[in-house]
Amino acid sequence: MAKVWIDDQEIELGDNERLNGIEAARRVGVEVPHYCWHPGLSVVASCRMCLVECGTKNSETGEVSMLPKLVPACQTPAKDGTVMVTNSEKVAHARAFVEEALLIDHPIDCPICDKAGECNLQDYHFEHGQQERRADIKPFTSRRRSMGETVTLFVDRCVMCSRCVRFCREVTGTNELMVVQRGAHEEIDVFPGFPLENKLSGNVVDLCPVGALGDSDFLYSQRVWFMKTHNGVCTGCSTGCSIQIDENQDKVYRIRPRTNPHVNQWWMCDDGRYNWRYIHDDARLIGPSVSDPAVSGNGASSNGDGSGLGLMEWSTVIARVDDDVRTAGKMAVVLSPHLTVEEAYLLCTYARDVDPDALIAVGPAPVVGEDETFSQGFTIRAEKCPNRRGVEEVAAVFGKRLTLDELLPKITRDGIQTVWVTGGYPQADWMDEATANQLAAAQMLVVQDIADSPLWQVATHKMPSATFAEKEGSYVNFSNRLQSVPWAIRPPAGARTEGSVYWQLLGRSGLYQSKIVLKEVASEIAFFRAAGEDVGEHGVDLTIDMLAGA
Amino acid sequence: MQANDPDILWVEEPKLGLAGKLYLPLIAQGLTTTTRHLFSKKITVSYPDTEPEIANPLIYRGVHRLNRDEQGRVKCVACFLCATACPAHCIDIIGTESPWPDREKYPESFTIDELRCIYCGMCEEACPVDAIELTSLYNLTGRTREEMVFDKEKLLSVHDQTIDKEPMRSQGGATSQGGFP
Ligand code: SF4
Ligand code: FES
Repeated sequence: MAKVWIDDQEIELGDNERLNGIEAARRVGVEVPHYCWHPGLSVVASCRMCLVECGTKNSETGEVSMLPKLVPACQTPAKDGTVMVTNSEKVAHARAFVEEALLIDHPIDCPICDKAGECNLQDYHFEHGQQERRADIKPFTSRRRSMGETVTLFVDRCVMCSRCVRFCREVTGTNELMVVQRGAHEEIDVFPGFPLENKLSGNVVDLCPVGALGDSDFLYSQRVWFMKTHNGVCTGCSTGCSIQIDENQDKVYRIRPRTNPHVNQWWMCDDGRYNWRYIHDDARLIGPSVSDPAVSGNGASSNGDGSGLGLMEWSTVIARVDDDVRTAGKMAVVLSPHLTVEEAYLLCTYARDVDPDALIAVGPAPVVGEDETFSQGFTIRAEKCPNRRGVEEVAAVFGKRLTLDELLPKITRDGIQTVWVTGGYPQADWMDEATANQLAAAQMLVVQDIADSPLWQVATHKMPSATFAEKEGSYVNFSNRLQSVPWAIRPPAGARTEGSVYWQLLGRSGLYQSKIVLKEVASEIAFFRAAGEDVGEHGVDLTIDMLAGA
Repeated sequence: MQANDPDILWVEEPKLGLAGKLYLPLIAQGLTTTTRHLFSKKITVSYPDTEPEIANPLIYRGVHRLNRDEQGRVKCVACFLCATACPAHCIDIIGTESPWPDREKYPESFTIDELRCIYCGMCEEACPVDAIELTSLYNLTGRTREEMVFDKEKLLSVHDQTIDKEPMRSQGGATSQGGFP
């Protein structure tokens, strides 16, 4: 047990904890300003912003001997007897001087800098900087050059912390970025002909403590203080990175990784980061409809494209679907691996309610290429869906779980009347025409999806559904970690989340609440038992209970 | 704020004296003021036949204008600070990369809903490059709501109309620098 003193506060560190001064100070709620240190990267102690007074306390005599010079907290381990002072005048001076030095050749173009509002240089200047600028330098426009497809460098805004360079060396192992020139002329650059082009490149933008590295995709689209941040889970692959969704008035502007030591640590891949535009695609399906010869025959509420589909109100559609499904009898359900655990559970419950022998199948889980692992262990998985594990485990307790291929021949053979398919895949080609036609062999084909597909074309009951940013619920990733997230934006008018539809079909009152459903799931399905308690920001590991159950 | 908040200072209403209770002295006092105004110089004008004279157009808070820089380009750098400061949320900006080499960002579109605006002048105060200013144009009319949503061109034309009579308040924050003066 190590005892450490920080500004007169005493903390005890565990035997296996290896913390530096910044981390130890955080434990007692003291923030040591820093630029170059990042928990995911090696320590270089080059920015000198984290300078503190440091000393040791003799455990026998209780005497404290301080070092004459200031030391960087990022490089100083918190050992037994370490004493750190972060609030003395000496420290305050050191911080003010570092800030002054950084601002001497900074363009101070905050009004047009995307980082303004979440910039460490800005924040630290207000907190630790000097009131007046002694250098007589007018604001100027930063030089700018492209580092790669997604990243732009505003050269003069850089504070030379080298986080970005270390990231490319240590985390991706691709070494694209480097420091060129020396001394006051130091700049970040890439070697000509070798742009920053790895699948994690977007992370350097989050890493950069100032506005030097900009995301070309997000550049100038919003000021950060207009956006609200919501927790989310990336649905791009089965890693299920924890993310933050930044949104303003129901429009998503960017997606950033959220620190989660058990899943993605501090990073996420560019595939997940940039592949969200389909949320706001003009081709998103809106407006539910039920094909009804009688309705289109008299033209009362036909949608006018001659497809014989009557567009309807959501409330009538849900009542109609319920009616039709219950009259039809035998039912089969295809659970998409894009459904949340709660939605899969509610749909299965509903199907069982309609037909006690309902067949439950799990929809296709697209696999693209192979798992891609980077030098520090970050992995982009080949399975491009977030919740195959979750829906499989839900399906398993509702009888024999089938694959889609196993289900297809059964439709005609067993005389299935209703097939209920859930989609939600961002890939436009997730379903081919042949499969769609086989599914349509049933008398009724209920489809919930976000984009047009051959399946949508042949469906009889169509219900536009929601994307990941619009739903609340839980996802289980490849390693059986369950993460629960709230919704970030509302679905477009005319689309509804799957969960709210099932909620209403089951005749439950009030609004759909995934938390309540998750409690039910946890109490009913052994696999999900660990999710019964509060699921924190980092999710819960379901494996422990799985081992106990085995 | 609670009624028992220590920051609230409760005061008693002063008691009426005899003169106050009689009313008559107060009536005489009031009538004197009325009569004095009857014969003094009139400051009201019969608008719209006569236009009022604006004493100091530089501090008047009327219709907005978007200033131009020395090269006639819109001075605004699309920093959104006015939109942030605006309590009525009537400013809508779409920023993008500027087409000029010496400037980084500029407003692709800039609209102000003049009907929503409460003419508080916060935008003018927030602007780091003195690109938005309130002019002394006060009689603003339109036939439709849409007409009253002024876009960039319209706001620049207000500049062209008023710049001779109302010079820019300051030359601070030359736009090529995009920063605070
Ligand atoms: S570009 Fe940003 S992350 Fe890279 S060295 Fe400069 S300040 Fe640090
Ligand atoms: S954070 Fe310690 S020197 Fe940079």
